Amino acid sequence: MQRIPKLNITKKQVTRIVIVLVISLLTSEGPVAFSAGNNDKLSDVLSAQQERIRVIEAAAKTSVSVFAGSSGGGSGVLISPDGYALTNFHVVQPAGITMRCGLNDGELYEAVLVGLDPTGDLAVIKLLGKDAFPYAPIGDSDTVSVGDTCYTIGNPFLLATNLQPSVSAGIVSGVHRYQFPAGTLLEYADCLQVDAAINPGNSGGGLFNASGELIGINGRASFEKRGRINVGAGYAISANQVQNFLGILKSGHLADHATLGATVATSADGRVVVSDILESSDTWRKGLRIDDEIIELAGRSVRSVNAFKNILGTLPAGWRIPVVFRRAGRPSEIFIELAGVHTPAMLNELMAGRRAPPSQSKPDNKPEPKPNPLAPDPADLPESIRKFYEPRFGYANFYFNRIELERVRDVLQRRKSASEQQETSWQYQGQLEAGGSFEIELGDQSATISLPTGISRWEQAAADAGLSAEAGFDSSPPGSGGMLAALTMWRRLLIQGAHNIEGRITYWGQQPLYSASTNQLADVLELTTSSCRARFFIDEFGNISQVTFFLGASSTSCDLHFDGLGKRGPYWQPTHLTVDYDGDRFATFHFEKGEQTK
Amino acid sequence: MTTRTQHATSACSRILRLVISLTVSGLALYPIPVLGGDITAVSVDAASRVVKLYGAGGIRGLESYQTGILVSSSGHILTVLSTAIDSEAIDCVLDDGRRYTASLVGADLHRELAVLKIEDINLPYFKISADSPRQAIGTRVLALSNLFGVAVGDERVSIQHGVVAAHVPLRARRGSHEAAYRGDVYILDCTTNNPGSPGGCLINWQGDCIGMLGKELRSAENATWLSYAIPTNELALGLEAILSERNDQPPVNERRASNFDIRSLGLELVPDLLNLTPPFVEAIVPDTQAAEAGLRTDDLIVAVGNRTVTSQRGLRHELSYLIPGDPIQLNIIRNGRIVLIDLGVVPSVTEPRGKGEK
Repeated sequence: MQRIPKLNITKKQVTRIVIVLVISLLTSEGPVAFSAGNNDKLSDVLSAQQERIRVIEAAAKTSVSVFAGSSGGGSGVLISPDGYALTNFHVVQPAGITMRCGLNDGELYEAVLVGLDPTGDLAVIKLLGKDAFPYAPIGDSDTVSVGDTCYTIGNPFLLATNLQPSVSAGIVSGVHRYQFPAGTLLEYADCLQVDAAINPGNSGGGLFNASGELIGINGRASFEKRGRINVGAGYAISANQVQNFLGILKSGHLADHATLGATVATSADGRVVVSDILESSDTWRKGLRIDDEIIELAGRSVRSVNAFKNILGTLPAGWRIPVVFRRAGRPSEIFIELAGVHTPAMLNELMAGRRAPPSQSKPDNKPEPKPNPLAPDPADLPESIRKFYEPRFGYANFYFNRIELERVRDVLQRRKSASEQQETSWQYQGQLEAGGSFEIELGDQSATISLPTGISRWEQAAADAGLSAEAGFDSSPPGSGGMLAALTMWRRLLIQGAHNIEGRITYWGQQPLYSASTNQLADVLELTTSSCRARFFIDEFGNISQVTFFLGASSTSCDLHFDGLGKRGPYWQPTHLTVDYDGDRFATFHFEKGEQTK
Repeated sequence: MTTRTQHATSACSRILRLVISLTVSGLALYPIPVLGGDITAVSVDAASRVVKLYGAGGIRGLESYQTGILVSSSGHILTVLSTAIDSEAIDCVLDDGRRYTASLVGADLHRELAVLKIEDINLPYFKISADSPRQAIGTRVLALSNLFGVAVGDERVSIQHGVVAAHVPLRARRGSHEAAYRGDVYILDCTTNNPGSPGGCLINWQGDCIGMLGKELRSAENATWLSYAIPTNELALGLEAILSERNDQPPVNERRASNFDIRSLGLELVPDLLNLTPPFVEAIVPDTQAAEAGLRTDDLIVAVGNRTVTSQRGLRHELSYLIPGDPIQLNIIRNGRIVLIDLGVVPSVTEPRGKGEK
């Protein structure tokens, strides 16, 4: 074992300081500079030094040295005791599905690819062989300020052949920086700029703040006339961007970044206005038009085109975010679903690292298409890795989707009580915000709603038969986009805990809740059946507080938001429920009474 | 006593610096950004007085952007004189995103400084004073600049940390031309000679402007890129000269003869008795660069690189343009045939020659 003995370092450092102090005493002329006040300073200096040593020692344990043989290597950082680690896409891409990772405990561990984000240059890998890895706590990168102390820890120039990472100290030189992508790849949006050294090989390693929290993933630097060595300007992907993608990456996805389907420009008077917009985009459908001024995106103010790109560049495709815009002096807020920058097929190509087709100058000498190291045939993998890898289109490694799905199922399962019976139906009544009363009855195979405008009913059998779509029956009550169907599925998931649910269920990733003002993210499960597609937002307590429901292949959704959701006796009841269809409010329901009947 | 440029990179000099900083500033250990003041507040405040400048250029090696320091509330901006600001319209962007068109007020050719002006009032600025004290070696500093043009719009310029490593006269070159300014500069231990950095602001941890980051230059002695700043008291002289429309002329800016002596490579030429003594090799010292390259007695040097030489004086002239790190290739005539001799590069350490010179 090659651990760094803690005591030795400390002793060495202290000895050095003492020597230096002695020399300084000997060489200083005139009155000796140590008054009582300076002694206080001395102890401050020494304790700050001790603190720094402690922080770096802890952080260095989480640093991963990635070795990929002839393909090079890089760095990584552990973020959970079960071995999940972050690194760069550009480190993993040449390495392939499996790589060897060294920690400063002197051991080499096998690691397997979990998830990839080619656009954001991020990847999640999992180190195998232990369930108590040291790991770095993830900090809030939005609280990082210019001037803050920071440390980069990693494997620059692949020096860590003894598995001891290199550490560099510096300050944060800039925050919310934007570094242009190459094509659509490796875009560093809203990133941190530091003067701690980031060199080739540091890629994928951690950027830590003074208290040892992980605030970024190092991956880029400005190089110029001195070749590829650091000249005081390096960049790290912000920890908050990492958090946005973490749920998606840990569940084995091939992640995509977001586009509004609209471009913006600075107007003559300095406002950020829509300069072009795709009429096929959700943004258009929700009402955004050319020349509208963008004021806020995802809760952050947009004061420049750079700020717009910074915010958008940190968001995953598929998230629903609020956009505040101003037209003719009047602000309005819309919720839009972010489209992907790429198609799944394009992403697959990017993952494989396939560039433009080879030049046609040598038609006789056609190179064999290289096997994609990121999508190997499982049969070619070593035994130890094979069981952790499952290829599937749209995923980097579907094995880990099953793991995450299982985790959420367990959360749901824990909330389930024995009294929840499939056969018993849940009945609610209350007042509509717009006036009048309502009654809802939710059963296993059917649901009924009574509104001042009339009674509507939904039946599983009818939906399965495919009859209802034409009759508008499936989307009942009329104008809701499928509220009853969505409620029935919500109930089914609560009762059955995602087990034995009809249709294909996958773990989508994490998203912020519609109502949440905080950055808290909820797990999202996606259910696809023959007649619909739905996303369920599940908080850490197992509350399904939000459902997004798409009927058939439709791209317009019925959105259910439950507030004050809790157990009222043996069934679940919110204090109120809002239902939106295609961004417009259908109704707000205030619940008064609920019961379950046989 | 003259001081030579120090490139304090070795462990030895680092410790030396530590000692110096300890004796000078009491108890400064390097680097302890955790302690000793709020860098964030100081940097953010200073950044409001630093502007991003965009002008002409963009040709290889000549950037189209740099940095400037606001030096009056009415919009005077001090920066370095460069091709970037040799432009009809110079765009100037403040840290709050305010955008102006700046005009050139004047230039100080001696110090290679320029003053620009934007039209506004009540702007934050640094007072550039002629009695600004010299900063001690070991002083911890922050460099604010538009490096690599990373910051745009309302983004703050980039901030780097370092210490003053030396206080020495500048001996620098751009290509084979000596830089005009030869006064004192602070040598910094952080890399500040990046594209966009020239004109940047150097502050101490109290937030005083103590200097301005200079142009991208190499040391005349060893060709390494210099990270340096012109001290504020010198800036004040330049500023005053420009505003009073006085012309501080630069010293004659010629291709300077370096002190490189071909004998340091291990060869002797025949005695230089005539105006046109041919550069015949008289002797080769064994185990030297010349010996290793295969140079022999009686070889006649006819060219340095692709420039022919016909005399020893001509040879010395050509060699005077070489600075440490430059490759040296000689064409010689041996037995009636031209042979190419590769002597490697000019060594970075040349022997001090003058007696009593340090």
